[in-house]
Amino acid sequence: MTRRLHVSTTLNGDAVDFLCDPRETLLDCLRDHLGATGAKEGCGTGDCGACSVTLDGRLVCSCLVLGVEAEGKEIGTIEGMADGETLHPLQRKFIEHAALQCGICTPGILIAAKNLLDRNPDPTETEVRYWLAGNLCRCTGYDKIVRAVMDAASELREAS
Amino acid sequence: MALDGQKTAYTYIGTTPDRPDGLDKVTGRARYGADISLPGMLHGAVVRSPHAHAKILKIDTSKAMALDGVKAVITRADFPDGLEGEDWNLQENCMAGDKALYDGHAVAAVAATSPLIARDAAKLIEVAYEPLPHVTDVDAAMAEGAPVIREGAADFSVPDGLHPNVVRYFDSGRGDLEQGFAEADLVIEKSFTTEAAHQGYIEPQACLGQMGGDGRGELWVTTQGHWFVRRMCAAILGTEATGLRVTPSEIGGGFGGKTTVFIEPLSLALSRKAGGKPVKMGMTRSEVLRATGPTASASMDIKMGMTKDGRITAASGTFRMQGGAFPGAPVDVTTMLAFGNYDIAHVRQVGYDVLANRPKQAAYRAPGAPMAAFATESVLDELCRQLHLDPIDTRLKNAAREGTRATFGPKYGPIGLVETLEAAKAHPNYRQPLGPNQGRGVASGYWMNWGGETSASVAISEDGSITVSIGTPDIGGSRASMALMAAEAFGVPYENVRVNISDTGALGVNEPTHGSRATYASGLATIRAAEDCITKLCKRAADKWEIDAEAVTWEDGCAKPSGPNAGDFPPMPIAEIAAEMGETGGPISGHFEGTPAGFSGSFGTHVVDVEVDPETGRTTILRYLVVQDAGKAIHPAYVEGQFQGGAVQGIGWTLNEEYIYGEDGRLQNAGFLDYRIPVASDLPMIDTVIVEVPNPGHPYGVRGVGETGITPPLPAIANAVREATGKRLCDLPLRPSRVLAAIRGKG
Repeated sequence: MTRRLHVSTTLNGDAVDFLCDPRETLLDCLRDHLGATGAKEGCGTGDCGACSVTLDGRLVCSCLVLGVEAEGKEIGTIEGMADGETLHPLQRKFIEHAALQCGICTPGILIAAKNLLDRNPDPTETEVRYWLAGNLCRCTGYDKIVRAVMDAASELREAS
Repeated sequence: MALDGQKTAYTYIGTTPDRPDGLDKVTGRARYGADISLPGMLHGAVVRSPHAHAKILKIDTSKAMALDGVKAVITRADFPDGLEGEDWNLQENCMAGDKALYDGHAVAAVAATSPLIARDAAKLIEVAYEPLPHVTDVDAAMAEGAPVIREGAADFSVPDGLHPNVVRYFDSGRGDLEQGFAEADLVIEKSFTTEAAHQGYIEPQACLGQMGGDGRGELWVTTQGHWFVRRMCAAILGTEATGLRVTPSEIGGGFGGKTTVFIEPLSLALSRKAGGKPVKMGMTRSEVLRATGPTASASMDIKMGMTKDGRITAASGTFRMQGGAFPGAPVDVTTMLAFGNYDIAHVRQVGYDVLANRPKQAAYRAPGAPMAAFATESVLDELCRQLHLDPIDTRLKNAAREGTRATFGPKYGPIGLVETLEAAKAHPNYRQPLGPNQGRGVASGYWMNWGGETSASVAISEDGSITVSIGTPDIGGSRASMALMAAEAFGVPYENVRVNISDTGALGVNEPTHGSRATYASGLATIRAAEDCITKLCKRAADKWEIDAEAVTWEDGCAKPSGPNAGDFPPMPIAEIAAEMGETGGPISGHFEGTPAGFSGSFGTHVVDVEVDPETGRTTILRYLVVQDAGKAIHPAYVEGQFQGGAVQGIGWTLNEEYIYGEDGRLQNAGFLDYRIPVASDLPMIDTVIVEVPNPGHPYGVRGVGETGITPPLPAIANAVREATGKRLCDLPLRPSRVLAAIRGKG
């Protein structure tokens, strides 16, 4: 058995640590060692975006990052998106616009969309579509997702 | 007191409240197939054939078993013999017997203390194969000299003289084709092919199974139908159905592909062999594409005749479909629905179900319908173009209506094809000016929908709130629809209803969320169970008022005297009856068990504008309109979602998606990079119009809406490309290289 490595990192603001096989992905570590199952494995090859998280603020597919690479970094996942009881406007708008059907892609799309709005608070529809082109959704045809992101962006702009 | 006939005025139906499971699904809390763990759990992995067709000579598991952490290895020898029919097919597909029948076919499985050890152990299992000649194309598979996949697989329907790979044969029709074609001013005959497409659910198959030596166990699984899973697993393992309790997880997409089993019986067999330790299994995306069921591929010949003024005089079609190495290509449905949109006097449909060295096909949204629609609606469009007729007017002229005898036999009840055509014609999208290299396409499509075995319970809590228990997993917002229907039936707020998807231990049998049946059948069951509850609630009020139960009516969540003669009592709210129910006769619940047969089909008409790049052959969707008959839209936002999602899956099937097999019979694009489903930047907004022609077979008029939407896109887009390029493309997908070759006269 491969010797396991000790990794100390930050998950949604909390200091955490875990032991992992050096071959394990960050997604494996989040799901199997840290109990954070909000990020999903849809492909394991970086094509579907269901495992999207942020690493020091950068949007990544956690299936393409090794668990050991999280050492000393800050990981942001869907579990940290709401502020306690208060949903992030993106989360609220996704429910209001019926922007999810099965919901498996939703955590990854929310993380990716928040990362977009953090950089670009006033995206065009085309910019939203291209930013989310790495996040596959098979249920919705993207229409209501794009509308929800645009509406959340508008609300966030008004609030700021 | 109970609702008689059909309601027409609604309080809750037709509103769009937040879905009850929305909060869990936007916060990452919702638990899908791979999200559960148990103490002492093992992890499974599967060994799969690298050959399209091969004899399995020997499986040596000794090295794998010697690896530290490996607890069990299984092969076909660990499953019972003697299964027949579809049970045998399922068992053979889940674990190969004497032969591997396709690239990716499971031949062994292992359980170990970690996923990595299981994966390493799978690599240590040595399988000796003797490769056999293979065939993956449907026309090649039924040609003389094609390798025989399995002798004796054909059923009684197959005429003598056909290749043994032809396992089912369908022939139906009416009238006199010769006379019908003689009446035509123009007859067009064309051949078409469609490639296999995968459902492409983003959540791969995943489960956590536990079973002891006594055949009793539990299974947590992502599925569209857990009673199906229970029955199939019990048959494959040779255990009793009731011994297995199956709990459905949240489901990350299915589209028909999760109505059957693949790894589920393996996890239970591994658990049984590992002393009853639970075994978690999950597929990789590559396994999903190689070894779960895509839809069938098809090869079709269509002939249709039309008069100058646009009347279809006759139609005939031959449909050859392969659904992998087992019987089951949905050619029965293909032949049934091929010309189902229209009133045609002279018609014939012939179908062949053919075996090939590909994975066992599974249902995919309106299984069998899109292929037929591609072929028949393309020919209809070509007739309209050559006769200079408007495609919508021509469809209106021939459209099936209430009372039309369907090409597949029965007379239609109230249906909405005409209404969808009229709404499409009136929509601004149909009048948008088009630029160079742009074209507009129209097509209609149909799905007959389904009822199926259904059980539901409705229970009143002590505070008067309501629990609805149904057996159809919520794949796209159906909890919200059930809660709306229960709220409407009881006259209580939507928020007072909680909808649970029950496990197999808590309700009678339920068919899956398939056939566009959940909102229809589980919805009807919810309403009937609510009415059963209301009868009991009225009885409690009647007893308290000391009047006849028949003298009590139910309105707005309260029992009331039915009129002045019944007595003068203030309305008794549900919460008041519930608070006292312990003393007035005990718990109050209502039930429905049955097979609702009043389902009715849904027609749709799509209008699409495309632009084709003459330099590259790439097709861009400029505008897309879906018009479809919902009967009654319970939660209109989720109805629109079904329309949009179905249309986009159809767009993918038309433009990008295909199973590509190499000369070696191995799947060459087993990943989302190369099996390319539509992404957000490929698409415009998808416009929708909900038509409502109520279905008399549902208390609120519901039809299913899930499946119809994938049927019209294939021909609608091909028809638009025809207008944009002048070329009729008869083979899907319309990949740029194929369109470019057609534009340059090489197609």
